[in-house]
Amino acid sequence: MSMSSSAISQQQNKRDRFVYPDDRAIEKPFNWRIMVRLLHYVKPYRWTYLPVAILSLLLSTAVKLAVPFLIGYAVDYALRPQNVNLLTTLIITIAILYILQGFFNMLRIRFTTILGQNVVFDLRKKLFNHVENLSFRFFDKRTEGSIIVRLNNDVNSLQELFTNGLINIVMDLIMLFGIISMLFILNVKLTIAVMIVLPIMVLLSTKMRRKIRKGWQRVRLIQSRMNSHYNEAIQGIRETQTFVQEKENIKYFKGMNQRNTNALYQSTRLSSLLPPFVEVTGAVGTAALFWYGAHLLQAGEISIGIIVAFASYIGNFWEPISRLGNIYNQLLRAMASSERIFEFMDEKPHIKEMPDAKPLVVNQGKVTFDQVQFAYEKDRVALKEFSLHVDAGETVALVGHTGSGKTTVVNLLCRFYDPSSGRILIDHQDITKVTNASLRENISLVMQDSFLFSGTIMDNIRYGRLDATDEEVIAAAKAVHADSFIMQLPYGYQTEVEERGRMLSVGQRQLISFARALLAEPKILILDEATSSIDTETEVKIQKGMKELINNRTSFIVAHRLSTIQNADKIVVLDHGEIVEIGNHELLMAKNGVYANLVKVQNRFLEEDKGV
Amino acid sequence: MKDFLKIKSFFLPYKRYFILSMLFLVAMTGMGVLAPLLLKYLVDDVILKEQYELVPYVALAVIVVAILKGAFQFLSSYMGHQLGINTVYDLRNSLYQKLQYLSLGYYSRAKTGDLMARLTGDVEKIRNFLSGGMVKLTRIFLTFIAGLSVMAFYSVKLTAVTFIVLGLLIAVAYRFQKVVRPSFRTIRKSVADLNTGIQENIMGIRTVKSFGHEAFEESKFYHRNDEFKQAHLDSSRIWSRYFPVMEMLGGSCIVILLGYGGFLVLNEELSLGALVAFFSLIWLIVNPLTDLGFTINNFMQSVTSAERLNELLETPEDILSPQEPVYQQNNKTEINFKDVSFGYQTRKDTLSDINLDVSPGKTIGVLGATGSGKSSIIQLLFRAYDTTEGAVHVNGNDTRQLHLSKLRREFGIVMQEPFIFSASILDNIRYGDPYASMEKIIDSAKLADAHEFISELPQGYDTIVGERGLGLSGGQKQRIAIARALLVNPEVLVLDDATSALDMETEYHILSNLKSMMTNQSTFIIAHRISSLKNADEIIVLDKGKIVERGTHQELLQQNGIYRKTYDVQHASQTENLRRRSRAL
Repeated sequence: MSMSSSAISQQQNKRDRFVYPDDRAIEKPFNWRIMVRLLHYVKPYRWTYLPVAILSLLLSTAVKLAVPFLIGYAVDYALRPQNVNLLTTLIITIAILYILQGFFNMLRIRFTTILGQNVVFDLRKKLFNHVENLSFRFFDKRTEGSIIVRLNNDVNSLQELFTNGLINIVMDLIMLFGIISMLFILNVKLTIAVMIVLPIMVLLSTKMRRKIRKGWQRVRLIQSRMNSHYNEAIQGIRETQTFVQEKENIKYFKGMNQRNTNALYQSTRLSSLLPPFVEVTGAVGTAALFWYGAHLLQAGEISIGIIVAFASYIGNFWEPISRLGNIYNQLLRAMASSERIFEFMDEKPHIKEMPDAKPLVVNQGKVTFDQVQFAYEKDRVALKEFSLHVDAGETVALVGHTGSGKTTVVNLLCRFYDPSSGRILIDHQDITKVTNASLRENISLVMQDSFLFSGTIMDNIRYGRLDATDEEVIAAAKAVHADSFIMQLPYGYQTEVEERGRMLSVGQRQLISFARALLAEPKILILDEATSSIDTETEVKIQKGMKELINNRTSFIVAHRLSTIQNADKIVVLDHGEIVEIGNHELLMAKNGVYANLVKVQNRFLEEDKGV
Repeated sequence: MKDFLKIKSFFLPYKRYFILSMLFLVAMTGMGVLAPLLLKYLVDDVILKEQYELVPYVALAVIVVAILKGAFQFLSSYMGHQLGINTVYDLRNSLYQKLQYLSLGYYSRAKTGDLMARLTGDVEKIRNFLSGGMVKLTRIFLTFIAGLSVMAFYSVKLTAVTFIVLGLLIAVAYRFQKVVRPSFRTIRKSVADLNTGIQENIMGIRTVKSFGHEAFEESKFYHRNDEFKQAHLDSSRIWSRYFPVMEMLGGSCIVILLGYGGFLVLNEELSLGALVAFFSLIWLIVNPLTDLGFTINNFMQSVTSAERLNELLETPEDILSPQEPVYQQNNKTEINFKDVSFGYQTRKDTLSDINLDVSPGKTIGVLGATGSGKSSIIQLLFRAYDTTEGAVHVNGNDTRQLHLSKLRREFGIVMQEPFIFSASILDNIRYGDPYASMEKIIDSAKLADAHEFISELPQGYDTIVGERGLGLSGGQKQRIAIARALLVNPEVLVLDDATSALDMETEYHILSNLKSMMTNQSTFIIAHRISSLKNADEIIVLDKGKIVERGTHQELLQQNGIYRKTYDVQHASQTENLRRRSRAL
């Protein structure tokens, strides 16, 4: 170590005890390229929902614009010089217009939601299916949390945009345009007088809004950290309580909470200022209307009705302007989200099925590794010129230290990665030339940390073969001796697995994934550290039960326990991605090499007397 | 409302903000209804009476009223935010504190998703309601009353007629709120389903891929996505039915004003200016009323949130320090299990009649099949649970009489699946002792055989691990957890299947390190491998919650029981093996 340890420790003590790196910018500048790409998702609906939505939008806005004009007209022509007939006509007209507006509004709400929801549905589906089919390399590079956040939150922030935002932009722009046109039609001079404050207001409110946006951005950032911490605090509660760290954590959280509160103070103070500001500038417009309007009235250029109509129009003017500002903020947030979503969409799966891929046909289950070379990252070779032939029905044990390449062999055989050179053959068929589905159907992998899905135990075992009957599921569970503990659960096979199987021990979870793999009736079975947490008694039972099954299929076993390994037909000892020894137990013991040494160490530790 | 009051202890200290906010709100509403009256004055007294010299004053009055209204609005909203922010600050602290002290028994039943929803969504709902929702709700009613009063001042008849329509509008808004509530609930549920679905899928992606079940997962997701869409469409369909009705009712107010009001103007029962002012006033009243449904709904939701938070806050902390803990001076720790029986809620008889004495410096090995009660013994030691019968004694005192934190500090516990926090490796190791020196940290890491791999990382001990950091292998996590436990200098070290992911050589190495170090401290080792257990001073074999065998390695080998069988299987007995093989050939 280059730095003296005390220096490091000093520097460390200044830092928070938890670190939540922010891997995502909350907003990005407006970008036309992204916008166009987003609008692409509207395209399928351009002849169906879109025109209806736009038309109903236009019509409902038109009605809204007509009413103040009609009222102004009524004041001038039906009330001052009394004209009951005209008044009646106007009242009926307005009533009809409102009924029409009701109808248009219904259409607008319905069709804009249908449009928006369908677009989001498509986007979500496409993104999910795309990510679902990406290869292991994609998932290796990222933590689960960061992928989940994109699939959930980023799509949700686009949902707001598509269901409300974009439509509101159109609606508000039409509204503003309509109001200004109406005002100009009514009186040009008065319009200019009333609108004189508009530029100042837009300028100032844009500035304010930028500040407000920054403020809320900070709040969101702190809150997302706070949420991450809540999650950690819950997940790590055992550690916290056993190490008596409750007080330290509370201290940490209070600091975090205080920062959140301070950020909230700032943002809410600024946000509370904006509506009064709009109100006051709006009032300046109204004052201008009164003053200049009265002046024009006196000069005989306009009538009272026009002032009334003006008052009504500018009353409706500031709200859309205010809303447009908010939508702009929303748009910037959506930009950041879309950028992240498109980044995922642009990822290409590394494992591609050949266009002329045929289904894998396994009759015997012979497996050949032919000069296979592989590296997870450049210059870090995981497997070197690896050649191995496994005959049908043979059991192969892979032995070696962490990082020796055992799991890599498994990963390549399952085609989670493709070798950089060399070939892997199953019954003389290159696995890169067969369909992925057929390959995975023929291979079952039991991993060290097996994953349980929410659903019943029955569902979880059935995951191995989706069309298996209940009887087949139970038979598989019995074969791996999982049946006895399952029957002790409150609802047996129908017990719901909660929180990824928290109520089960690691060993029990491994048994379930054993049953799952068995149910798949694979031609090739791979056990990757699958028995590390199963007690020996159960393991022996499983091995007895599975003897028949293993005999009928080619199997690969990665394990630390000698008891699991020694019966293998072939034991492959790996070191730094190369085979250093190969043979059965007796052969390797006789050879007195690496394997024999390993066995000796284990046996020594078993046999050694106390006190060494 | 009653439910909302349950969390009153959190907002009562800030009631001054509430009172101020409401006072400013009243003032603001007053200014709000005053503005249209200026229009009336302009029409009736300035234009119609041709007193144009008054125009500048009216214009000025418009601005003054707006400034006052704006100021009151700001103050009211500011005070509301103060109320919300401060209340929620306290609420968050209390909730967090609660989380830290709830027993592990509670956590074994609780669902993380549900807890998270309470801590994030529910808290935010309370803040939103206190900060703005409450003001908004009150404002709707105040404007309604103030607006109608002003109208009634000028024309009781016209006000009475509009009142009927407005009454209808309120009824519709209220009805909407009731009808839409279940659909909002469906939306919330579909959102949760979609999110958990995605989460589960990504966490289990390797399992999905190993079975080639991508298409199956896609169809599962398709249904959730579709439910989500349908839920939103349903609620918008309701809105599309109610909103036009509300707008039409608002519109009919305009029609009434123009018709009946126009009639009154023609009969000179109402001034033209008043009628013009009514057109502004009516929108002032109607616009917020169309929002009433949503506002009430938000209120209802925040009541539910308050209820859910209160429920969490009232959950008893069932494992507590006694009022007057027994003080004990302990250099060394002796542990005795006396006739201990224990059962979780769902399973009875997890442990029965356990008797065990551990004197300082001794090592206890525990062997047993899955579910035999091994981990429960450990959990009783540091009072994650309390015994159902019998007692665990530490230095002669019942653990329930000891100070809880002091008791737990005696232990260094390594779990089978240790949790690694989102922090540097350094902070993870010193989790139990944040102020430990670097030397000590490195020493512990060396003892746990972790120093080497940590040093090989580009950022060494500063490497961020956990959720968004570097992913560690199971073996690496276990070694960090062992270092973490060793750092606190425990009097009792507990390894609960803590070396399962390590290869034998590493395990051997760590265990011999521990052996030379733990001369005065006791150790509990739970393991499946005989090699981990055989050097223990006493080994107990558990079966269905009972101790079925006990003794030293040698003694147990003689007994020909479970231990012996396990040993035989694990011990690479070559002769037998050879025999079997030659038979096969």
